[in-house]
Amino acid sequence: MYKIVDKKQLNEAVELMVIKAPYVARKCEPGQFIILRADNNSERIPLTIADYNREEETVTIIYQVVGYSTKVLYEKQVGDSVVDFVGPLGKPTELKKHKKVLGIGGGVGAAPLYPQIRKLHEMGVEVDVILGGRSDEYIILEEEFKAVTKNLYFATNDGSKGKEGFVTDILNELIANGEEYDEVIAIGPLVMMKAVVGITKPLNIQTAVSLNPVMIDGTGMCGGCRVTVGNEIKFACVDGPDFDGLLVDFDECLRRQNMYKEEEHSCRIGLEGGQNNA
Amino acid sequence: MPNMSPKKVQIPEQDPQIRRKNFDEVALGYTLEQAMEEATRCLQCKTKPCVDGCPVNVPIPEFIKAVEDGNIDEAYSIITKENALPAICGRVCPQESQCEGRCVRAKKGESVGIGRLERFVADYIMSKGNIEPKNIEKNGIKVAVVGAGPAGLTCAGELAKKGYEVTVFEALHELGGVLLYGIPEFRLPKSLVAKEVQSIIDMGVEINKNVIVGRSITVDELFEEGYKAIFVGSGAGLPKFMNLEGENLNGVYSANEFLTRVNLMKAYDFPNNPTPVKTGKRVAVVGGGNVAMDAARTAVRLGAEEVYIVYRRGEEELPARLEEIHHAKEEGVIFKLLNNPTKIIGDEKGWVTGMECVQMELGEPDDSGRRRPRVKENSEFILPVETVVIAIGQSPNPLIRQTTPGLSVESWGGIIVQEETMETSKEYVYAGGDAVTGAATVILAMGAGKTAAEAIHKKVLELQG
Ligand SMILES: Cc1cc2nc3c(=O)[nH]c(=O)nc-3n(C[C@H](O)[C@H](O)[C@H](O)COP(=O)(O)OP(=O)(O)OC[C@H]3O[C@@H](n4cnc5c(N)ncnc54)[C@H](O)[C@@H]3O)c2cc1C
Ligand SMILES: Cc1cc2nc3c(=O)[nH]c(=O)nc-3n(C[C@H](O)[C@H](O)[C@H](O)COP(=O)(O)OP(=O)(O)OC[C@H]3O[C@@H](n4cnc5c(N)ncnc54)[C@H](O)[C@@H]3O)c2cc1C
Ligand code: SF4
Ligand code: SF4
Ligand code: FES
Ligand SMILES: [Mg+2]
Repeated sequence: MYKIVDKKQLNEAVELMVIKAPYVARKCEPGQFIILRADNNSERIPLTIADYNREEETVTIIYQVVGYSTKVLYEKQVGDSVVDFVGPLGKPTELKKHKKVLGIGGGVGAAPLYPQIRKLHEMGVEVDVILGGRSDEYIILEEEFKAVTKNLYFATNDGSKGKEGFVTDILNELIANGEEYDEVIAIGPLVMMKAVVGITKPLNIQTAVSLNPVMIDGTGMCGGCRVTVGNEIKFACVDGPDFDGLLVDFDECLRRQNMYKEEEHSCRIGLEGGQNNA
Repeated sequence: MPNMSPKKVQIPEQDPQIRRKNFDEVALGYTLEQAMEEATRCLQCKTKPCVDGCPVNVPIPEFIKAVEDGNIDEAYSIITKENALPAICGRVCPQESQCEGRCVRAKKGESVGIGRLERFVADYIMSKGNIEPKNIEKNGIKVAVVGAGPAGLTCAGELAKKGYEVTVFEALHELGGVLLYGIPEFRLPKSLVAKEVQSIIDMGVEINKNVIVGRSITVDELFEEGYKAIFVGSGAGLPKFMNLEGENLNGVYSANEFLTRVNLMKAYDFPNNPTPVKTGKRVAVVGGGNVAMDAARTAVRLGAEEVYIVYRRGEEELPARLEEIHHAKEEGVIFKLLNNPTKIIGDEKGWVTGMECVQMELGEPDDSGRRRPRVKENSEFILPVETVVIAIGQSPNPLIRQTTPGLSVESWGGIIVQEETMETSKEYVYAGGDAVTGAATVILAMGAGKTAAEAIHKKVLELQG
């Protein structure tokens, strides 16, 4: 059993949880994730490690309530436990000592982006970040990012914070203004990462993305998480989750991510549909 | 006077038409009377050819004699001296090519039903619930076991019996390895796996679930934590794909994924268990081994109307246990033998609509002695299906070899060991089961775990002087 030692609501649909998990906390690095099962008979759900504390042996996850299993997790209180919590899974992000990097975080994607940006900052890399969300309240970790970035931009669908529009609108502007980045790191919904690569690929700007296909075991055993990268089949749970965005077959990812749409239908849990679009 | 009936005493089974719709066990098992009667068919051969066929040397005539005498407690203690998981082996060993294949009775008629008797003994004793955990004095020496499949569990149990402080590290949230996530409930009830696993835990083995060696902790770090020896029984969990066009379409599964969703995550009980699985009306399973039969029969039970086994060789070459092939046919699985897929076809939304295949014919025998299949010209056809399950084999997961310096492996990923001891190229690291052999059998994995336990014991004793 893995105890929930703290939790904090970041907005209407996103919550942060700190969980006691010694094995994970001891070894995890930015870019890695865990798989948890809330209760016996629950699904295994993958979530990125947003932060960790090696002394306290805790791991922080930030997740959005999008369906049945994230709802079950959300209902847990401080002091309760989740039955299974395994990791760290996936490869740590390879952070290079570039001169200048642009991070792009869409919705809850800001959570996995943050430890990478912080680490780059600590390595002395100059970082700008664009955060996007449906509206003001969907922007998370603003203060944290502020502390480790040179420029922090916002884009919201309704214009309630920063630019009205998408993160890609700001990306286009930055490029038009002559900003030069050695690498772009984009983490968010697949449609967002696809749109970012749509811009960076023609300009041949190195772009790292973090893929989140449907997973079960997270150890390379089932092959359900397979993605096509540069015409090769990769298992995202062991070969990723980070990949060279310029080589990813996003349309295939989008299609495979919807494989269980029917079964996951929101009426099963009384949630409003479409919340996953960040 | 032995019973000279040429046939085994029949084992009661669920009717095929009924069992097609449930996940309950197919074979119901002998009653005490049936078992005692079957036991009288054994000739008590002095040379014990059957024992030579058993990878763990179960004293077969001896336990059968005890069954004949109605002394089931005695039979159980004879079996479990050599085999810690008899209820499992009695059900899943490929007996026809092992113990029963060597039985003299098989020369004229059917062999003695050794597997059935073994499972009967185990079930009988477990249903009485009187397996007393023995009090074993600990020797304070720590040994780590990686993986809670049959290889790791056997090694752990054997070492615990000798007094070692054994900790098993398992990646998943349940114990049993393939016994749990691969082999379906209708062939090997999970409650029974849990009971046999518990009997090993009761010997004083510590279990650490949700720990992936290579990620959560490395082999070298285990040594730093004071483990004196490490046994790697990580299995062959990496599914092979065929590199076919269309293999990533929605509706294409590896057998591992399909079976894991259903067995480990209980997708057959969706939405009570929230992990979904998709089974179309028509399902093609590619492959001819136990894994393929399990996937096909699972698809039947999930409600598929037409389920095909697509296999590139002929009936004789099917590697699955005879009983599984027989059961699959009874349940209506359609065998498309001498057929090989060439492409998976999808609709505009990316869902499978069919599988293109070619017909094969058998040519000369290849290195393995099996006749080599070759493509018949102009024989392409499309099998209309909504689901494709690829069951053409698994190879060892690369994680341990990637994170353990000094561990030598074969080009295909199998860990290299010395056969007599199962010691790897890295001193004090042992390995066995599918991680060494590639996908094989439960009993071979157990045999390897046992051999390694002996060798670890010897080596540690030497170390102590
Ligand atoms: C490597 C990785 C890291 C992730 N990190 C985060 C994170 O830090 N924060 C966060 O909020 N979400 C993260 N996700 C997504 C998260 O796992 C899903 O939102 C969650 O599993 C949904 O479960 P549900 O039952 O609540 O929703 P459902 O209604 O079952 O599904 C909603 C959607 O979630 C996705 N999903 C469903 N089941 C799975 C599954 N088993 N594996 C992956 N995706 C699934 C699908 O796109 C699906 O359409 C990550 C996914 C991956 C693969
Ligand atoms: C569907 C199916 C049907 C089968 N049917 C039969 C049959 O009828 N008869 C028969 O004899 N054999 C059968 N087999 C084969 C048999 O199950 C295997 O040969 C046997 O289970 C191998 O045992 P093992 O202990 O080596 O590995 P496994 O059973 O694979 O167990 C390995 C364990 O190690 C864990 N693990 C892996 N990596 C790590 C890590 N890095 N850290 C921690 N834990 C790890 C895994 O999660 C797993 O629990 C079948 C196999 C399948 C897939
Ligand atoms: S363990 Fe397997 S091979 Fe050995 S006697 Fe039992 S069923 Fe036969
Ligand atoms: S070979 Fe057959 S008949 Fe002979 S002892 Fe073994 S089981 Fe009995
Ligand atoms: S989640 Fe099963 S192989 Fe990646
Ligand atoms: Mg779900």
